[in-house]
Amino acid sequence: MANGAGPLLIRGGHVVDPRNKRDEIADVLLVDGRISEIGRSLRPATGVEVYEAAGKLVTPGLIDMHVHLREPGQEEKETIATGTAAAAMGGFTAVACMPNTVPALDNVSQIQFVLMKARSEGHVRVYPVGAITKGQEGKELTEIGAMFRAGCVALSDDGLPVANSNLFRRALEYAHTFNIPVIDHCEDAELFKNGVMNEGDLSSRLGLKGIPRQAEYIVVARNIALCELTHARLHLTHLSTSESVALVRDAKKRGLPITADTCPHYFTLTEDAVAGYNTLAKMNPPLRREEDRQALIAGLLDGTMDTIASDHAPHTFAQKSREFSVAPFGIIGLETTVGLLFTEMIQKHGMSVMAAIRTLTEAPAQALNLPGGHLTVGSIADVTVIDPKERWEVKTFTSKSRNSPFVGRTLTGKAVLTVVDGKVVMRDGKLLD
Amino acid sequence: MKRPDYDQESGKQILDAAGIAQKIAELGQHIVKEFGADGGGVALVGIQTRGAHLARRLAAWLTQKTGQDVPVGILDITLYRDDVLTIAEQPTVKETDLPFDLEDRPLVLVDDVLFTGRTIRSAMNAIVDYGRPKCVRLAILIDRGHRELPISADYVGLAVTTRRDDIVDVNLMEVDGSDSVCVRPDPKDAV
Amino acid sequence: MPFKHKDLLGIEGLSPEDIERILHTAAPFKTLFTRSIKKVPTLRGKTVALLFYEPSTRTRTSFELAAARLSADAMSLNVDSSSIKKGESLVDTALNLEAMKVDFMVVRHSVSGAPELLAKSVQAHVINAGDGNHEHPTQALLDLFTMREKKKKIQGLNVAIIGDILHSRVARSNIWALTKMGANVRLCGPATLVPQEMRSAFGKSVSVTYQVKEALDGADVAYVLRLQTERQLDHLFPSLREYHEFYGLDARKLAWAKKDCIVMHPGPMNRGVEIASPVADGPQSVILDQVTNGIAVRMAVMYLLAGGKV
Repeated sequence: MANGAGPLLIRGGHVVDPRNKRDEIADVLLVDGRISEIGRSLRPATGVEVYEAAGKLVTPGLIDMHVHLREPGQEEKETIATGTAAAAMGGFTAVACMPNTVPALDNVSQIQFVLMKARSEGHVRVYPVGAITKGQEGKELTEIGAMFRAGCVALSDDGLPVANSNLFRRALEYAHTFNIPVIDHCEDAELFKNGVMNEGDLSSRLGLKGIPRQAEYIVVARNIALCELTHARLHLTHLSTSESVALVRDAKKRGLPITADTCPHYFTLTEDAVAGYNTLAKMNPPLRREEDRQALIAGLLDGTMDTIASDHAPHTFAQKSREFSVAPFGIIGLETTVGLLFTEMIQKHGMSVMAAIRTLTEAPAQALNLPGGHLTVGSIADVTVIDPKERWEVKTFTSKSRNSPFVGRTLTGKAVLTVVDGKVVMRDGKLLD
Repeated sequence: MKRPDYDQESGKQILDAAGIAQKIAELGQHIVKEFGADGGGVALVGIQTRGAHLARRLAAWLTQKTGQDVPVGILDITLYRDDVLTIAEQPTVKETDLPFDLEDRPLVLVDDVLFTGRTIRSAMNAIVDYGRPKCVRLAILIDRGHRELPISADYVGLAVTTRRDDIVDVNLMEVDGSDSVCVRPDPKDAV
Repeated sequence: MPFKHKDLLGIEGLSPEDIERILHTAAPFKTLFTRSIKKVPTLRGKTVALLFYEPSTRTRTSFELAAARLSADAMSLNVDSSSIKKGESLVDTALNLEAMKVDFMVVRHSVSGAPELLAKSVQAHVINAGDGNHEHPTQALLDLFTMREKKKKIQGLNVAIIGDILHSRVARSNIWALTKMGANVRLCGPATLVPQEMRSAFGKSVSVTYQVKEALDGADVAYVLRLQTERQLDHLFPSLREYHEFYGLDARKLAWAKKDCIVMHPGPMNRGVEIASPVADGPQSVILDQVTNGIAVRMAVMYLLAGGKV
């Protein structure tokens, strides 16, 4: 990313910074890609660009630790350029992209490709996640050390689980050598097989093969056990069941190095959204029961669930307009995460703004050892400004795809300024470049 | 055409119970005259709904007069209507029961009102799908004119002059609780 | 009262009045079959396209005959399951047919919800001839018609449905239809084939038992479902022999039901597996009546959809 950006003063906003426990009106001055000063009534030198943030929240640049950018191989759905543009519109300054591209990000060249593309065409920071196994086939470990050195921040076979427990154990141990976290997509492949929605009354009525909740939490339990065995850093992603939350809560009590995330659709929707064979409600793991939704909300409120990630999964309109069983899993989410966080967790369930912001800043930064996620003098100048009162209707997307079940929904809370490395990449709903 | 003489609101009764019975007898006499005292194997086919009841009454009269049993069938023509898929209230398909062999047998179709002729056209198409009768005659209680197809009745109880949009109500005891025939204007006309 | 549906996608979306209307309308159509001329001109000039993505001779033939006897033109499209994976999508095929001004599309598909997807995209009347594990509405309607024909009523009948309920769209449609019309439904099979959700998923309570004796005790109707032998590979039951021993309807088990219990099967039968030949061919079996009634019911459905004002 070019950084010819001049200094920028973000004035009069309500700064919310979980790491430094700052929760007050303050000005933030960015110079040369770094946070230069934070304080009251800063007097900038002449010629410094000023952004008036009165009435708005000023937070560390938001980080989405689970997105699918589809490049290389599936550029009809999204590219690094369009995906990062969507991220910037959603207020995100950094994204961690999953390796289930075509070909998979399972070697140094692929990691370098993503980083190179991100540098030349990306709007925000891109942190590649490397595959755990070659081709994500679950058979042989990738060259983890080399990929780490090339710039990957974590390992995952996301899209797929690692079925072989011994292999997963070794992956955890080996990754521990480099202190890289391993992210698992928790799913028992055989229990899941051919399933397309949550197993229950509705799947019975619709005549669709169900995915029982056990398919997820059996593997959550396995992973926690292997974490105990290896003491390696483990992150469990897109959890959807109440049992998974309980298992994570218990593991944390026992002091295991586990972090976990869930997605906005799991705390907003239930399996009822599938009625009428709505493919926009088809994702993996599937939307579950109301009981699970409430457990995830409780898990976010009590800190059991550390981060919120979108699992942004673009698919073309034609692909999603297929018969339910045949349509691909996944929905986009980069541009609706902030709105759903504010409308659902903060407004409806009383989550504090500080705790909510932590799920998108400090927590993902910690989970993936990333710079950023906090506003400290001297740290990178990634900042997001959010208007917590802006009411808006989900209508158009910057992402190349449109597969979202939230179209038509009115949300409160929107990012109005996205600053990456001291440079404004999105202002008031417009991309700048 | 002479303007019919009736009350603007409730219309005019043109046949009472006695009148209907009289007309049925007249129709019966026509049949006897054509087919002879032994009936000639004739069978009556009444068109659902009121034509079927009239056919039964007619058959009873014939039996009483000739001492012969006259077979009666009922025919529902809904599936043969030319407007079956387009009319506003999709009609219920009712029973068709023709408990005799049609082959080479004289039939008398019986219906209450002959108007455009389309019902009879449908009835003929239906009959032909059941078999090949020797001949088909048409017995009608009321002929109200305004034919749209070249159909005419062989035996008519009463011919009445009506306006195209008048309504002819045939009430039969079996269905409506009383016997009468009235003509009245279409309520839409009342201003 | 007009039939206010554009399509017939399932029994779930029908009211008891709708079901009554269809059964009532099927009766006069059945009487046509004894005539030498089995046709009526009612749907003359209408075109019925049959899209059968799953192989089926009997259902397809039944629909073809139903259309023909209404004087409509029926044409079967040559599609098979491989078309689903490659080439033209379902919606594209339908839009092409619509461009050819087809009035009816009768669809059988291996994916639940496919007819619904289709119905949303075309103006033609879509009739679901079986979608995945979801519904097979005309089968349930002809089953009800047969039950009423033999038993003079549906309300209060004890109907035992025995077999692979889990994968059966026929069972699901029948459960909807029977519960809406007031019958008592008992589902029976090994626990692997009769999921717990069935007890509550249909709005009204349906009883579940794993013992055939209990299911048939006092039963007026024994409805036997086909067992797909491939299911053995999914560890759903150990062997055909074992299945027949415990769940196959033979004379010994049939004796547990009422003396005048009728035996029904949606076909095709696996003789010796879910049903023994003497029972299939015996005096209590009405399986062939189901086939005859199927045409009348399908004629009634097409007639009502054609004339229905949505």
